[in-house]
Amino acid sequence: MTTRSMRALSGTLKPLFSPRSPQRYVVAACHQTHKSTYTTIAPPARYGGRHTVTLIPGDGIGPELAKHVCELFRFCCVPVDFEVVNVDSTKTSEDDINNAIMAIRRNGVALKGNIETNHNLPPSYKSRNSLLRTTLDLYASVMHTQSLPGVRTHHRNIDIITIRENTEGEYSSLEHENVPGVVECLKIITRTKSLRIADYAFRTAREKGRRRVTAIHKANIMKLGDGLFLECCKEVASGYPEITFDSMIIDNTTMQLVSKPQQFDVMVMPNLYGNVVSNVCAGLVGGPGLVPGANYGENYAVFETGTRNTGKSIANRNTANPTAMLLASCLLLDHLKLHGYASMIRKAILSTITDSQLHTADLGGKGSTSEMVQSIMNAIQSSGPRTQRH
Amino acid sequence: MAAHSAVLSASKIMNPFWVGRLGNTAKPPPAKYGGRHTVTLIPGDGIGPELLNHVREVFRFACVPVDFEMVNVNSALETDDDMNNAITAIRRNGVALKGNIETKHTLPASVKSRNNVLRTSLDLYANVMHCQSLPGVQTRHKNIDIMIIRENTEGEYSSLEHESVSGVVESLKIITRNNSIRIADYAFKLARERGRRRVTAVHKANIMKLADGLFLQCCREVASGYPDITFDSMIVDNTTMQLVSKPQQFDVMVMPNLYGNVVSNVCAGLVGGPGLVPGANYGRDYAVFETATRNTGKSIAEKNIANPTAMLLASCLMLDHLNLNDYASLIRNAVLTTMNETRVTQLCAEQCCCEVARGNLCCNLTRIHISFPAKLGNEMRVHTIHF
Repeated sequence: MTTRSMRALSGTLKPLFSPRSPQRYVVAACHQTHKSTYTTIAPPARYGGRHTVTLIPGDGIGPELAKHVCELFRFCCVPVDFEVVNVDSTKTSEDDINNAIMAIRRNGVALKGNIETNHNLPPSYKSRNSLLRTTLDLYASVMHTQSLPGVRTHHRNIDIITIRENTEGEYSSLEHENVPGVVECLKIITRTKSLRIADYAFRTAREKGRRRVTAIHKANIMKLGDGLFLECCKEVASGYPEITFDSMIIDNTTMQLVSKPQQFDVMVMPNLYGNVVSNVCAGLVGGPGLVPGANYGENYAVFETGTRNTGKSIANRNTANPTAMLLASCLLLDHLKLHGYASMIRKAILSTITDSQLHTADLGGKGSTSEMVQSIMNAIQSSGPRTQRH
Repeated sequence: MAAHSAVLSASKIMNPFWVGRLGNTAKPPPAKYGGRHTVTLIPGDGIGPELLNHVREVFRFACVPVDFEMVNVNSALETDDDMNNAITAIRRNGVALKGNIETKHTLPASVKSRNNVLRTSLDLYANVMHCQSLPGVQTRHKNIDIMIIRENTEGEYSSLEHESVSGVVESLKIITRNNSIRIADYAFKLARERGRRRVTAVHKANIMKLADGLFLQCCREVASGYPDITFDSMIVDNTTMQLVSKPQQFDVMVMPNLYGNVVSNVCAGLVGGPGLVPGANYGRDYAVFETATRNTGKSIAEKNIANPTAMLLASCLMLDHLNLNDYASLIRNAVLTTMNETRVTQLCAEQCCCEVARGNLCCNLTRIHISFPAKLGNEMRVHTIHF
């Protein structure tokens, strides 16, 4: 079956996913064959076997890290062309971000830096990152936190996958001030999206051979909201008997994470808790410069650093840690099924990280970004011919 | 003295919503005839009853002039009568010591969390948690000294949820100007009293622009009235990441309800677990003391393995509030000494429940010999203290 006909097939299945018929969701899922590992079907390569990927540099350290990614890809002869789309965060009009979204729809895949949300602009100006995620319906944010060899941290042997609902919850940007001085902020939890993210989590756990999925919630206080989320997770869990399912309240979770993070395997949660928990996990393995993140939707995938930091204070100083962005680009290559290149770059990055002389400031060293990237390139060069069969 | 009361009355005119009392805000109720205080005791569920028993034993042993009025709250019932009794008792006595009351998930959603009902009815607007690295406890991070002030009555815990369309739940998070200014003012006053240099507001205003934006704005307004204290703000995700890598940078933190919940639990985990940190809820007229992380501890209930430190330190906070500072420091020193010398400290760092047998702790306390003169009201002279 060609990719195009698969896309058409999934198009016809869309009516079954309407919110009016949630019962049919589970049944329809059986009909979907040949789904790629991460739900989205990677766009096919163009003539000549080259892929086009949208690149959004963003603000802060984004542009310099994006440049390093381009350099590295060119050095490794990776068959990926970048279509750069700049988004200016100081403008109030949404044209820039709409262009970016259109480019991503065209290419199917993107690599982005974080776009700053300026506090001085009026509240009607939505966060650009949030807008991108909701418009493209990138419903799952996946962050795989692993202790990296060579990085000294307080905790060892951490291996946690956090799957965070990316489009609803507290990030719905629905706020109003009916009475002056009283602001109501709506947190939306829907059944369809909760089922969808729970299903994604269990499928990912099964594919990666994970034994346990933990749902994080605050259902003792938000009984209807998080109660619904928990209920959806339990329903989906019943369809995966080989995977243990349990739940934990967010406050207990964060406390357990700082004392015994090794107990966690896969965690699934709504938007805000996901934000907090993923940042805690990133802090545990060494900081925001080390962990890549991926946002998956049904048709699109966008890769970025796990903790989505702009890094304004260290911009243009050549001190940012490129690891997170480079590992995100490896995730991108895996998504495009260029596994040979992905593992080559990943191996080189991990060997560079073990050398503490090259550690950047966030890891307590004095190295610079360009030195690290150079060392990665040297590692790749010494490992053999760069053009790989994939 | 006259000037002091003039200042107070002036602040009363300017700030109708709260009286300009310093520090713990609530004025402790005066002692009854004979110098004894009455304190409401709510055992709660899980490890609550056993820990509060120990508190009573320790108080009796140390001859603390506090009588406990026990009010049981049954979490399995759907009616609010139990809770209303407890609230009435606290209104009467002014001070309470409580264990956590379990929120059963099997009851319908209309049954609100009892702890939450207590906090909102009594308007205990400030939850204060002082996280300090204890000397005898082995943890990965050292020298932590953070005060967390959390808004206790609004925010995400307003219990306002509805399902307008089936399958879509809207949960309201309420932030009001009055409550935000109130908690910010409390935080800065407390920082000033304790000689703290820096207050950090934790928020997510890049996403929740109106709600957390309002909170942040209120904090900034209040900060302008305290030029001796540095004020900065940090987004909650960055905060939690900084907490696990470099917690020593934080001094005083003020935040809305949910972030306070998360951050206080992270800090409790950093200093050794839920069994070590006491918490206090202050309102204008009432004060309720409990463990900081509000755990029921159902899985370790009645097994004699719960860590009594948090509850005992909470009772010391209560004694400080009642101006019985001598008794408070006596018990606090005994608790900290026990933490130092017994091997239980090893286990505290690794697990969330400690193997402190009741006999063990009491044995250590019995080594503190206290001699009394003839009973003269509140006076107590300590003759010998053995550690």
